[in-house]
Amino acid sequence: MGAGHAHKLYRHAHSPVHTLPPHCKIAAVLAFVLTVVATPREAVWAFGLYALLVAAAAVAARIPAGFLLRRLLIEIPFVAFALLMPFVVPGEKTHVLGLSLSEPGLWGAWNVLAKGTLGVAASVLLASTTELRSLLLGLQRLRMPPLLVQIASFMIRYGDVVTDEMRRMRIARESRGVTARGVRHWGVLARSAGALFIRSYERGERVHLAMVSRGYAGTMPVLDDAAASRTQWAYAAALPLAALAVLLAAWVVTGGLPWAAGS
Amino acid sequence: MHVPDGFIDAPVSAATAVVAAGAVAVSLRGARRELDDKAAPLAGLVAAFIFAVQMLNFPVAAGTSGHLLGGALAAILVGPYTGVLCISVVLLMQGVLFADGGLSALGVNISDMGVVTTVVAYAVFRGLVRLLPRGRASLTAASFAAALVSVPAAAAAFTLIYAVGGTTDVPVGKVFTAMVGVHVLIGLGEAAITALTVSAVAAVRPDLIHAARDVFRPLELRTAPPTEPAGPATSLRRGGDQPQRRSPAVPDAAAGPAGSGAPAVPGSPATSLRRDGDQPQRRSPAVPDGREEAGHRRSGGEGPAAVAADSVAKAGMEPAGADAPEAPDNAGPAATPRSARRLWLVGLGVALVCAGGVSYYASTSPDGLEKVAHDKGIDSKAEEHAAKGSPLADYQVKDVADERISGGLAGVIGVGATLAVGTAVFVVVRRRRAAPAAPSAEGA
Repeated sequence: MGAGHAHKLYRHAHSPVHTLPPHCKIAAVLAFVLTVVATPREAVWAFGLYALLVAAAAVAARIPAGFLLRRLLIEIPFVAFALLMPFVVPGEKTHVLGLSLSEPGLWGAWNVLAKGTLGVAASVLLASTTELRSLLLGLQRLRMPPLLVQIASFMIRYGDVVTDEMRRMRIARESRGVTARGVRHWGVLARSAGALFIRSYERGERVHLAMVSRGYAGTMPVLDDAAASRTQWAYAAALPLAALAVLLAAWVVTGGLPWAAGS
Repeated sequence: MHVPDGFIDAPVSAATAVVAAGAVAVSLRGARRELDDKAAPLAGLVAAFIFAVQMLNFPVAAGTSGHLLGGALAAILVGPYTGVLCISVVLLMQGVLFADGGLSALGVNISDMGVVTTVVAYAVFRGLVRLLPRGRASLTAASFAAALVSVPAAAAAFTLIYAVGGTTDVPVGKVFTAMVGVHVLIGLGEAAITALTVSAVAAVRPDLIHAARDVFRPLELRTAPPTEPAGPATSLRRGGDQPQRRSPAVPDAAAGPAGSGAPAVPGSPATSLRRDGDQPQRRSPAVPDGREEAGHRRSGGEGPAAVAADSVAKAGMEPAGADAPEAPDNAGPAATPRSARRLWLVGLGVALVCAGGVSYYASTSPDGLEKVAHDKGIDSKAEEHAAKGSPLADYQVKDVADERISGGLAGVIGVGATLAVGTAVFVVVRRRRAAPAAPSAEGA
């Protein structure tokens, strides 16, 4: 626990985006993602505009492009899936570079890739401009049940502790000559997992006792309940409103509701 | 398996979000009823555990490795309500913080991986625990089956969601085959790890396994007559009513030096942790297993009291009321036969029924490999098996006319022979392992 209190996902800076109240940012990102998902996939230009919007937000938040792109790597498994799609989807075939690809498959791959990437980029922006604790406060302000917020905050707070415990167990195993190499060692690893569960559970019991002895009765007091001003809401709404404008334009151009067009 | 944005269309995403919200609301109620004000810290820590254990890599072979998904494990260890909450919170945090799984697909992810996995695993586990004989082996088997079923069930649920609101045109049949096929494989790994983990927890703290609460009697706090001649000895039984309000004497302080196997100093207060004695099945493979569990217990960091705890834990193998902690050796053989015999009899019955009865209905055509070999002419050069002339060749009994009865009879005889050989090997192995184990058990 000597490693400072900011999570490594958070990137400290003093930008207008960082200073926005967390619940405004969460609402904005959620609205933006929903807008992107509702966009018909045939409107390719709309996704380009969305990408520009995300890039503009990243610039406003002073997030370097390299940081954002590195965090996008989380998407790789689904990129692999999307790349497979042109080969397995039946339908009309087109020939690109000597490969026979199915047209609906290409559209499907484009759809998943574009929307998935934009969603990940928006989430990354949120996580890197908002501290963990304020993120939870924001969720609470957005009327997420308090018990769920508490569970989430305990998970965040003790996640590193439990992970460290697991790391110490691994070091203890390895210093006794056990390096897991195959299925034969699953028993050892599973026993570590069992011990880790018992330690976590008992830590939970101790934490609860410590809290009860300090007056905990099932709810946490809200300490800094800073409401957002109208200007802040307006500032946060800039991103989803711009996206909404793009969405409406896309609807007008392609015609009809997004899901009626099969997207 | 985290579904990204754009994979499921907007209306279905919204519908699954409503389903997920409902399930989470029900779970919140259930968890609060079960855990009262302990709900937040306990569920939070278990969520942290699930999050951590998903990072524990289980090497498979040649550099590949898998990890636990944790749905079945959470359902078995903390129950369906808390389990759903924990997995949902983990998914929420993964979505918001790590961008793993799209925000708009959060409902899909929670209903699929959180709710379906947990509920299916819990239902299967409870059903099996009720059917199987009581004991740790049954717990392990039940958790294996629960985890094995839960993962393909989630895959099937995903396919269902995809069939309603998928944005791509991959045929549903193909998606189903691919998803369920892959996830049966994943489920096998998940099942093995979950079963081993549950078994490890059952060895040390059986009272913590929520889904098997009625299998094990709760541990209770009780003050025993002094066991050490020179000093007040508190013997501690965990209470079923307030297991969490343990006195400061509780040996779970992780600060204690782990692995101290030194004998208890006479005169020091010895805290011993004891189980109820009436769980004879728990330790069937007698001595070696008992030693191993004792090792676990010691590594839990119980300090100098660990030795007393060990000996008492061993005494726990004896029938209820045995208060003498100084007899660790005579315990195993005294308690095991009954349960082992029952398990043995059940297994034998199942094997005989399968061999004798089910083979009556079995296909008489050769097995797949033989058939392929025959069709392709691979086996034209195969020599007749050396045992061709034996009385049981080709799974038929010589001189019995009816082919099906003959096959069944051969199966029964085969089971008998296999059983005899297996038992002989087991007895020899156990004798050899028990011989070196006895002196070290005395020295513990």
